[in-house]
Amino acid sequence: MDLPFLYTTLLTLLPGVPLTLKLAFSSVAAGAVLALLLALCRLSGVWPLAAFARAYVFVFRSTPLLVQIFLIYYGLGQFRAVRLSALWPILREPYWCAVIALTLNTAAFATEIIRGGLRSVPPGQIEAARACGMGTALRFRRIVLPLAVRQALPGYGNEVILMVKATALASTITLLEVTGLAAKLISETYRAIEVFIVAGAIYLLINFVITRIIQLLEYAISPHLRPPPFPVIAEKGGTA
Amino acid sequence: MLTEFFATFGFGPGGWGPSMLTAAAMTLAVALAGFGFGALVGILGAWAKVAGGAALRTAADAYTTMLRGIPDLLVIYLFYFGSSSVMTPIARLFGASGFISLPGFLAGALAIGVVSGAYHTEVFRGAYLAVARGEIEAALASGMRRMLMFRRIVAPLALRYAVPGLGNVWQLVLKESALVSVTGLVEIMRQAQIGAGSTRQPFTFFFAAAVLYFVISSVSGWALGRVELRSRRGLRIA
Repeated sequence: MDLPFLYTTLLTLLPGVPLTLKLAFSSVAAGAVLALLLALCRLSGVWPLAAFARAYVFVFRSTPLLVQIFLIYYGLGQFRAVRLSALWPILREPYWCAVIALTLNTAAFATEIIRGGLRSVPPGQIEAARACGMGTALRFRRIVLPLAVRQALPGYGNEVILMVKATALASTITLLEVTGLAAKLISETYRAIEVFIVAGAIYLLINFVITRIIQLLEYAISPHLRPPPFPVIAEKGGTA
Repeated sequence: MLTEFFATFGFGPGGWGPSMLTAAAMTLAVALAGFGFGALVGILGAWAKVAGGAALRTAADAYTTMLRGIPDLLVIYLFYFGSSSVMTPIARLFGASGFISLPGFLAGALAIGVVSGAYHTEVFRGAYLAVARGEIEAALASGMRRMLMFRRIVAPLALRYAVPGLGNVWQLVLKESALVSVTGLVEIMRQAQIGAGSTRQPFTFFFAAAVLYFVISSVSGWALGRVELRSRRGLRIA
């Protein structure tokens, strides 16, 4: 194994890490907001909203992300109206096109995760909140959403990892994140195996750190599953 | 607009219909080959995880964690360009020159197989573990050998539990096959790129590609649902 080459490869690929992370985080953050709205539409009971959310999820989940990226980056420029619109400075940029495509894509998958979380909130909790006189908004903010987030977090962790992997597709529209730099380096040096090892290690490290962070988050928001910090002392006269 | 769309993708002279459909067949072929190869890898992986010794288990664990944490595009690059760094020197020996690599179809199918093999492994492992202990004990008690027991008892039962998971893997594989276009293999994406380049209508062509994927994915989703129903026949609904 050619260690000096691996080292120079690492130095070449590392500058791509910030872009990879930026793409992943901005699309996951924006996608989460969109997904929450879509999940609420889906569960709203108003049929046009529910049908729209259902169709959105179905379409975006059954077409490849690459098609979605190409449609937005290469496709939209076909229309004169788009080229003349105020949005063109954004839609011309490969970075923003990648963020938009990744956001729309992850929103579809996250909608289902959040919907599962929202539906898992026990009816008793909602009834109790009602009985305390909470309004819909307050109940959603204090009771439903926290319980749903706790339930949905493990599934959401998987989605975040998938998004980190999906940012690699941004390299197909000229962005030089880790995979883009790797592809460039491969075509310059013809040493695909070494470059793959280094790029793969970078992605594995990123994903490892993210899994750990999500595990910590899971731990932090589920105190009810942890053993009490000190042994519970039986109350006076509590012995059977 | 719609008439224009149908004119572009017509089957007459200058229409892109036939080439797009051929490309769709290529997508199906490379996805099926990758899925089949992945299933083989998955069976081996699951066997290593369930019945292997410490070394095999660690190797299988490392394989599934790594392949599920690395972008598929990188794996495709590895197979396509990596094969060239192995094959080009060999070809030089025989007097060939230039870029020599596995053909796009083979590199793509292998890459898809290796990636989906990681998912297959988990599906098959879960399915095997779902087979009731009593069934296996009963087979042993009737004096079945391991191979016979696997063929008659374990495999059919495990396959039943694996069907929903396999359906998910198939949908993944189908979408992953779009990435094989980077090797130049003329499947749906590559054909759409060619069409977009020569007609200057990228949206029209990528939209057509999206429709093709959507149709393939919906039809196979429906078929998989049927298979799932059939695999559960005679089973009490829990």
